[in-house]
Amino acid sequence: MRVRIALTVNDEAREALVPVHKTLLEVLREDLGLTGTKHGCELGECGTCTVLVDGDPVLSCLVLPVETEGRRITTVEGMAQGGRLHPLQQAFAELGAAQCGYCTPGILLTATALLADRPSPTRQEVKEALAGNLCRCTGYTKILDAVELAALRMGHGESRA
Amino acid sequence: MSKNDFAVIGQPLPKIDAWAKVVGETKYADDLFLPRMAYGRLLRSSHAHARIRSIDTTRARALPGVYAVVTGADLPRVKFGILPVSQDEEALCNDKVRMVGDPVAAVAAVDEETAERACRLIDVDYEPLPALMSIFDSLAHPEIRIHDYGDGPNVHKNVALQFGDVDPAFARADLVREDVFFFEGSNHLPMEQHAAVAQWGSDGKLTLWSSTQTPHYVHRILATVLAVPAAHVRVIATPVGGGFGGKTDPFAHEIVACQLSKLTGRPVKIALTREEVFYTHRGRHPVLMWIKTGFTRHGDITGCHLRTWLDGGAYGSYGVASTFYTGVINPVTYKIPVYKFEAARIFTNKPPCGPKRGHGTPQPRFALECQIDKAAEQLGLDPAALRRRIVAEPFTKTANHLTVTTIGLGECIDKVVEASGWRDKRARFGVTANRAKPSSVKKRGVGIACSAYLTGAGTAIYWNDMPHSGVLTRADRSGGVAVLCGATDIGQGSDSVLAYLTAEVLGIDPKDVHVHPADTSLTPVDLGSYSSRVTLMCGMAAIQAAERLRAAIFKAVAKKLEVSPASLVARERKVGVPDDWDRAVPFARAVELGEALHGVLAFSGSYAPPKRAGKFKGGGVGPSPCYSYSACVVELTVDEQTGQVDLEDVWIAHDVGRALNPLLVEGQVEGSVYMGIGEALMEEQVFRKNLHKHPSMLDYKSPTTLETPEIHTILVETDDPEGPFGAKEAGQGPLLPVIPAIANALHHALGIRIDEVPITPDKVLKALEEKRLGRPARVGPLKLPLLSFKEPIVVESAFGQPADAVVVRPFSS
Repeated sequence: MRVRIALTVNDEAREALVPVHKTLLEVLREDLGLTGTKHGCELGECGTCTVLVDGDPVLSCLVLPVETEGRRITTVEGMAQGGRLHPLQQAFAELGAAQCGYCTPGILLTATALLADRPSPTRQEVKEALAGNLCRCTGYTKILDAVELAALRMGHGESRA
Repeated sequence: MSKNDFAVIGQPLPKIDAWAKVVGETKYADDLFLPRMAYGRLLRSSHAHARIRSIDTTRARALPGVYAVVTGADLPRVKFGILPVSQDEEALCNDKVRMVGDPVAAVAAVDEETAERACRLIDVDYEPLPALMSIFDSLAHPEIRIHDYGDGPNVHKNVALQFGDVDPAFARADLVREDVFFFEGSNHLPMEQHAAVAQWGSDGKLTLWSSTQTPHYVHRILATVLAVPAAHVRVIATPVGGGFGGKTDPFAHEIVACQLSKLTGRPVKIALTREEVFYTHRGRHPVLMWIKTGFTRHGDITGCHLRTWLDGGAYGSYGVASTFYTGVINPVTYKIPVYKFEAARIFTNKPPCGPKRGHGTPQPRFALECQIDKAAEQLGLDPAALRRRIVAEPFTKTANHLTVTTIGLGECIDKVVEASGWRDKRARFGVTANRAKPSSVKKRGVGIACSAYLTGAGTAIYWNDMPHSGVLTRADRSGGVAVLCGATDIGQGSDSVLAYLTAEVLGIDPKDVHVHPADTSLTPVDLGSYSSRVTLMCGMAAIQAAERLRAAIFKAVAKKLEVSPASLVARERKVGVPDDWDRAVPFARAVELGEALHGVLAFSGSYAPPKRAGKFKGGGVGPSPCYSYSACVVELTVDEQTGQVDLEDVWIAHDVGRALNPLLVEGQVEGSVYMGIGEALMEEQVFRKNLHKHPSMLDYKSPTTLETPEIHTILVETDDPEGPFGAKEAGQGPLLPVIPAIANALHHALGIRIDEVPITPDKVLKALEEKRLGRPARVGPLKLPLLSFKEPIVVESAFGQPADAVVVRPFSS
């Protein structure tokens, strides 16, 4: 059975006609063309498909789009604004925090939520926030460094807000 | 050259694809959506070993939304495999399945869900055969044959090599140790599942986009198994979302996607599920090892004899190479005057093992480094000082005829010893000091290990005299430069390295370089992203192409400025005479002058490694242009109540020759350390009732941010004459010492030996229990397989001979 759903994705109103059981991950990628959000396991185990719903990180492979109607969805495509990268994106690029880059969108969004809650997290707090996002390339070191650098820069008024 | 002589090399620049990756623009294979595209699914065997009596696809074909159903009968009856000597796979099995997960049929449909449903409607009639699920099983039942080829019943490969006589070496030793170790298998667990999109065009030409580390080999095999002229096949490697060796074989899903596209006249995508990735595997071989080494009382090694038994799984894959690799690299690290090595790879009814980061070498490295630690303890020597003493000599040959160039291992050991506070911690922690503490307090220990790894395999997978890497470099009138190369960026940054090297030679900015990688109809062949070969081999080819371009430009600029070409330099996007820089010509103008003089400015670069294969059978595995070296100190705490091991800090020093971009090299080292930690403490690809015990990312444990300690990376530069601007590999070697360093640190903390990985809490508790009962405080394998190794090929040891003075380097002029 197909249903019509209306979503707000990256501050845009979007509509899709999809089977009712299709996951938010599949709808974002296949129906809305937002392929920045990635499949990793489809069982909620790896964090790769993380998006923000009303600012909170959720695993889009476990969410049905109907649950997110009327709420704000942010994907990696929505992080840069007006052609300007989010400080986290800038720091990830500069410090080599993205190697193969496949886990990067999910980690960027999880980190976005963390920095909204705690603008100056300790390294341990960054680790705890990202503990649900697996990365097989980096050993996490450069990722943690990049989140810390972004937090520092955002604290010094480099935030786009 | 010193660092200051470079403009680009040595700078911590962002990767050229970093921006696309942080905004989600990078298109991985599964991100491709083509008009009219169909979705494919494979039906896989639920039996570990069975004959196929019949396959009935009638019900599947009748399902609405199904475009095509194929079985092995619809494909040419050609077996394939990555190695010419092990052509034992079928894209869809015809007569027999050899493991759970073997593909037997496939469907193309309007969407994945319909394809999946159609697969369930295919009726396969199996005649089950007994499944052989371990080395011991397979050797105990020669009457049950998994394959009808190999070096004996269920023995895929049996090799034995001897370099000098080990018996007198052992007789001369003050201490001879024999130890037995086991290294469990593990999956690469790339974050991206394998995916491929095939489009068999109406012109009869085939294009495959695939998440592969080896587009060239996939190209060759597609032509063979689909019986289509290779000239009509194009393979494009999409950016790979994590490889680690798991995407270096040609795979069934790639071949089947092509066939389904041919049948449907539509593009067809097949994306594997995570469970399928675990069954597709090609990961780390489980290896049993027996190692006998003689030591003098000062710790010098008098000789070494190693036996390895590899659990190969159901197919050959890279297994013959893996088998040799369990033996050939150990002698590169330390002075080992005589060496004997026997190995066998056994077929079992499990997913095939293959190359995973370190390919065949982490297992024997674990054995050797733990044994050295045991010997140091018995001899009353500091394990760091012992290793420092026995480091191999640069620019010599090993016992097994490998030419070694620069060796920075001594410096690596010194650096990690100093940075970690080794001497102080060895005294302050450790089992003696820990004994005084109450059992409620976590015990602390430090351990060390070292390693070496090749910078690219010295021989190709199929024997040939052509380049291993090629680059085409074309200058544009805009001042931009296009670099076309078959290299596949799997996250390690090979595209960026091509840009850095080209920019350095031409005196332009890396941003001016446009890299076009891994497209078999556009780019010269590069053999693939495996064996840590890309930076060196593509790098040398890129430098050669850029230098040829520069020479053409210099000739034209020299004419214009009326100076000699030899007086010119290229830097800051200009070409001119350093002493008369005001007259220097902008690079774009220099290209115009060059084009006016020569015509189109397009130049090739080619690289093949120096020909150094030993002149004996098996001498082709092990040679490399140069070897990287690593030393690692691990500090950990362990809870005696629970057996839980927590890593506190890891210090690792890596001899990378030269860091072309230190940021990228650090990233490779950190990632290697992380992956080593996973294998040491938790990762295991194991089976229960013929099924993978945990084919999901939740149950297959891998380290998160919380299990990964602070990693302190130290880069050591030795400026190797073989590498591009002196560079050696960084992507695999640093994994190797981490695993034994953890085992050795645990021994320091508690006085127990866990002689098998992963080192899980239950094994720690068991060893502590053994210790309490007054028995040897060890957990490890207790029995070895009964198998006769071949009569060894006996060759004189080449130990200590100087490296060849005259090196034949093809295509270098």
